[in-house]
Amino acid sequence: MHPAPSIILFTALSGLGFGLLAFLCLGYPDVTGWVAVVFFGFGFALAGGGLIASTFHLGHPERAMKAFTQWRTSWLSREGWLAVITLAVTGLYAAAVVFTGTKIVPLGWLGAALCLGTVYATSMIYAQLKSIPRWHHWSTSAMFLLLALSGGALLSGTVSAAIVLILAAGLMQVFAWTTGDSRLRDSGSDIASATGLGAIGKVTAFEPPHSGGNYLTHEMVFVVARKHAMKLRVIALGLGFAVPIFLLLLPFNHVLAVLAIAAHLAGLFVLRWLFFAEAEHVVGLYYGKR
Amino acid sequence: MTELPTSTDRKLGLVIDLDTCVGCHACVISCKGWNTENYGAPLADADAYGAHPVGSFLNRVHSYEIQPANDAPAQLIHFPKSCLHCEDAPCVTVCPTGASYKRVEDGIVLVNESDCIGCGLCAWACPYGARELDPVEKVMKKCTLCVDRIYNENLPEVDRVPACVRTCPAGARHFGDFADPASNVSQLVADRGGIELMPEQGTKPVNRYLPPRPKDAEIDVLAPLLAPVAQEATGFIGWLDTMLEKL
Repeated sequence: MHPAPSIILFTALSGLGFGLLAFLCLGYPDVTGWVAVVFFGFGFALAGGGLIASTFHLGHPERAMKAFTQWRTSWLSREGWLAVITLAVTGLYAAAVVFTGTKIVPLGWLGAALCLGTVYATSMIYAQLKSIPRWHHWSTSAMFLLLALSGGALLSGTVSAAIVLILAAGLMQVFAWTTGDSRLRDSGSDIASATGLGAIGKVTAFEPPHSGGNYLTHEMVFVVARKHAMKLRVIALGLGFAVPIFLLLLPFNHVLAVLAIAAHLAGLFVLRWLFFAEAEHVVGLYYGKR
Repeated sequence: MTELPTSTDRKLGLVIDLDTCVGCHACVISCKGWNTENYGAPLADADAYGAHPVGSFLNRVHSYEIQPANDAPAQLIHFPKSCLHCEDAPCVTVCPTGASYKRVEDGIVLVNESDCIGCGLCAWACPYGARELDPVEKVMKKCTLCVDRIYNENLPEVDRVPACVRTCPAGARHFGDFADPASNVSQLVADRGGIELMPEQGTKPVNRYLPPRPKDAEIDVLAPLLAPVAQEATGFIGWLDTMLEKL
């Protein structure tokens, strides 16, 4: 799949934002007053900014409100609803903390649960697609949730939780890669089933329907940088997981914490880029590209 | 509404005969022509005369080579591909706006272009690559089964079929109702063993493809009985041939 920058930004930033808001709603860290304004403001900026980034890839963003109508079947619509409800509930919780200094604990729990629900809905936009076997698996949702939680723990400065969650996310990512690499092969879809001609003999793509590219080849038959996939996986594991864990294990100071966040963020962008670039859509079979 | 109907009154679709298709691309052109001039946003081309032309089409013809296992001669198959109007269409249920829908009366999968936000998720959900985002209008385009022809009483009756079917010079494309076991398309599928594309994707496509008939193993059964045409060379060429043999 084509790794569009707007989608990478959207999934990475909104995941971090909702992760941070979840921790803040549970009282980690226990902040009030101006400190709370900064922490919550940061969470809302990331979550909201990510959502705004997601509209940049729309052909008709002016019709975006229509996306709230089909929540019965569409994960994209559900994600829209959950994001808005979550921002409202966590906003209410934050307002109570900032302006009155009271923590409405049940509201905080609800807000945290909604944060995770929103990230889950985001993950299901991808995990529901049977046409992309690598994504069509529970590990996609597990990955999105663990990355949101580990980013949230890191940003909220919940060091002990962050170490455990980042380690878990790293292990889950390695699991997702190793099992995902064979998922297209195991899906049963190949050029023989795509053309229905496998019963006669070995099918090879002889000539594409067009001499140039088209929407399908640009959007779904992305193969350009897969040759560097292994190097990028190592870089992502190092920046996203190993470096932050190492820095967090050192005696805490704010410079190290900022470095850990920066490394995790850079690793997260590489991870998300790979998430799209490595995903093989079965339509590529028609072009002999799998 | 993106909830799929549990059943449709009719199941309109196409049968494509891979034995007959000659790969002329006439269906591609007639489709582009009709759907640019009629219903919905025109099928645009971007950078048509530049270095990287790209355009939206609802029908495209791939070509595949098949090497049979028994060392028989390879076969070249031309393979037109358009929307299969699936019964369990994944493109419809993922749509967040309700722009994509499947009609209860005839099973045609359509896009209401004024509701489409151009998010592209339906094109991702389709395993067949049947949907393309128009490069100019930025709305999703797909085969309508020429819904503006097949019911159009302003057209002569012979023209009330999809443009691709009407134009095919080889008669490789057939249009009809798959819900009716007596229809032309149902009979063709039954007689020739019509196949579904990627059944493992669980989309239950309506369109069917007729597999190419097996090719003759021998060129001509009478060939061994015919007198050889090639004769011994005579004259200068004959002398040259003999001389070269001796070298």
